[in-house]
Amino acid sequence: MPQNDQSPSSPSGPRVALFVTCLVDLFRPSVGFAAVKLLEDAGCRLEVPAAQICCGQPAYNSGDQANAKDIARRNIEIFGDYDYVVAPSGSCAGMIRVHYPTLFADDPHLKSRADALSTRTYELTSFLVDVLNVENLGAKLEAKTTYHDSCAGLRELKIKSQPRRLLASVGGLELQEYEGAESCCGFGGTFCVKYSDISDSMVQSRADELTATDAELLLGGDLGCLLNIQGKISRLNDQGAGPNVKVRHVAEVLAGMTGEPAIGEGEEV
Amino acid sequence: MKPTSLAFPKNARAALGDKNLQTALDRMRSGFVARRADAVARLPEFQDLRDRARDIKSHTLANLDAYLERYEGEVKKSGGQVHWAKDGGELCRIVLDICQQAGAKTVTKGKSMIGEEIAVNDYLEEHGIEPIETDLGEYIIQLRGEAPSHIIAPASHVTKDQVAASFRETHGELDESRSLEAPAELLAEARSVMRQKFINADVGITGANFLIAETGTSVIVTNEGNGDLTQSLPKVHVVLASIEKVVPTLEDATTLLRVLARSATGQDMSSYTTFSTGPRRPDDPDGPGDYHVILLDNGRTDMLAGEFREMLRCIRCGACLNHCPVYGAIGGHAYGWVYPGPMGAVLTPSLIGLDEAAHLPQASTLCGKCEEICPVRIPLPQLLRNWRNQVFDRRLIKKPGWD
Repeated sequence: MPQNDQSPSSPSGPRVALFVTCLVDLFRPSVGFAAVKLLEDAGCRLEVPAAQICCGQPAYNSGDQANAKDIARRNIEIFGDYDYVVAPSGSCAGMIRVHYPTLFADDPHLKSRADALSTRTYELTSFLVDVLNVENLGAKLEAKTTYHDSCAGLRELKIKSQPRRLLASVGGLELQEYEGAESCCGFGGTFCVKYSDISDSMVQSRADELTATDAELLLGGDLGCLLNIQGKISRLNDQGAGPNVKVRHVAEVLAGMTGEPAIGEGEEV
Repeated sequence: MKPTSLAFPKNARAALGDKNLQTALDRMRSGFVARRADAVARLPEFQDLRDRARDIKSHTLANLDAYLERYEGEVKKSGGQVHWAKDGGELCRIVLDICQQAGAKTVTKGKSMIGEEIAVNDYLEEHGIEPIETDLGEYIIQLRGEAPSHIIAPASHVTKDQVAASFRETHGELDESRSLEAPAELLAEARSVMRQKFINADVGITGANFLIAETGTSVIVTNEGNGDLTQSLPKVHVVLASIEKVVPTLEDATTLLRVLARSATGQDMSSYTTFSTGPRRPDDPDGPGDYHVILLDNGRTDMLAGEFREMLRCIRCGACLNHCPVYGAIGGHAYGWVYPGPMGAVLTPSLIGLDEAAHLPQASTLCGKCEEICPVRIPLPQLLRNWRNQVFDRRLIKKPGWD
């Protein structure tokens, strides 16, 4: 992501830092630009601190507490002074919001700073709806869509209605729920590398459930899950056996920035 | 049983390729989850009951010594005997001693995960005593020479056709022309073989869902009534229970029963809920002459003192297995020991050591579904992370390919 420290937007709005997330930075920068547009349109004074790093979740969930703490400490430094920190990911936002305070349970000083950052950190759709009370974004997309609730957003941050309320304001967009919306896609961070065949069986179930719908576009709030599901759909399509469903991050649709090819589509570089 | 948890990746691959298992898992996944959801929807206070269930178990664990002593005193007052076993070996020797004193040749068994944990069947067989499992699922896997794959539905990995094949192979008097197509026909066949075994048995062994401190009562729930025949027909009843099964009062037990059946099978109550207090009294029409309870520690005291204490709240409903996408993909045997799924991935390293089970805490996407539905609100994902910290610190899994 290019740095965007001087925002032209309203000087009266809250000072918000965008936590870009590794996957958005490396695989799908368009989600970051969409988040910038959504937040600036909503009146935020947005900054994208260039020093930001990973949230530390891979280390944390792999038992590497020392590295997880180092990473968390740096993020507490970098993001400590903003009114809000917003991430286009329930998983990374959940790491900061739910797990940073746990990491420093035995360190009163850092615990209080982690607590302070925790209460000011939000996932993007939740921030727009729960904090900024955004209702209508003015976006349009003629599409039959369905939504995948990523586990961390759904269960750690209770994100369920927020993206749906925002999508309801998108002109021409139809949303129909699919059976696997709340079932894990099998990504699980390093899980999909360690136990790839179990992960593949789980995402096969999601692909089967998507086949059973007539949705043409799957949306979600977490790139990890979306890349995992899209990867499976693409491998199945190579064998002529996959659902005819494209995949996008919900922020792209909400920002009206669907000019980019969908995830996994377009020219190979 | 000898753990094969270290071979988890290989076990899982085999499970994913096993067509019969995948058919059985498909059926199980849809059934349990939908029935629990219906049961929860019918009871508006269910979430409050979960809080109460959690609090009852946490309070008991914080005062476990006192409640166990109270329980022991009440059992003795009712004419029963209490034995303390620090590990499986001690428990097996106590069971054998009771059986030998009763001159037992056959022993009927109600379903007991403690029995599985300490492999009491193998021990009894080695000493010339025939153990007969009477829970239909346990009976099926005993015929097949298998371990349970699920803590409340031990044969859930087996298809109907496989059960029919096992009966035809082992039931000598079964007429070849008899149909074993429908579940009811399979049940009738098992029942015809089982009935005489109930009557002939010298000792009946059951587990316990709860032990009630204020009354010295053991409680079992079943859907087949086999537990009642196991514990009331023979002249000796032996209860196998781990120490965390105790609850303070009858009222506490009934609160836990309200979340147990709903979480487990989606029933408001199990078909049979049986309270046993001591041996037969002079004016009782039936019941055992001797009543023994063997309380097993086997690592629980260490858990009580450490970061896995909350796991001791577990009431063995199996809901975390039913809702786990990993368990749903591979079934229970891949976990390689007695307790599978999320609860097993936390409990197994405590009981057999992390070196024997390092894969299990990794075998989760931490999706959080288990914590969402656990009736006693055990933070299973966080407990899995606690184990991962130890696996990482001790570098227990070294190779990049993980097996």
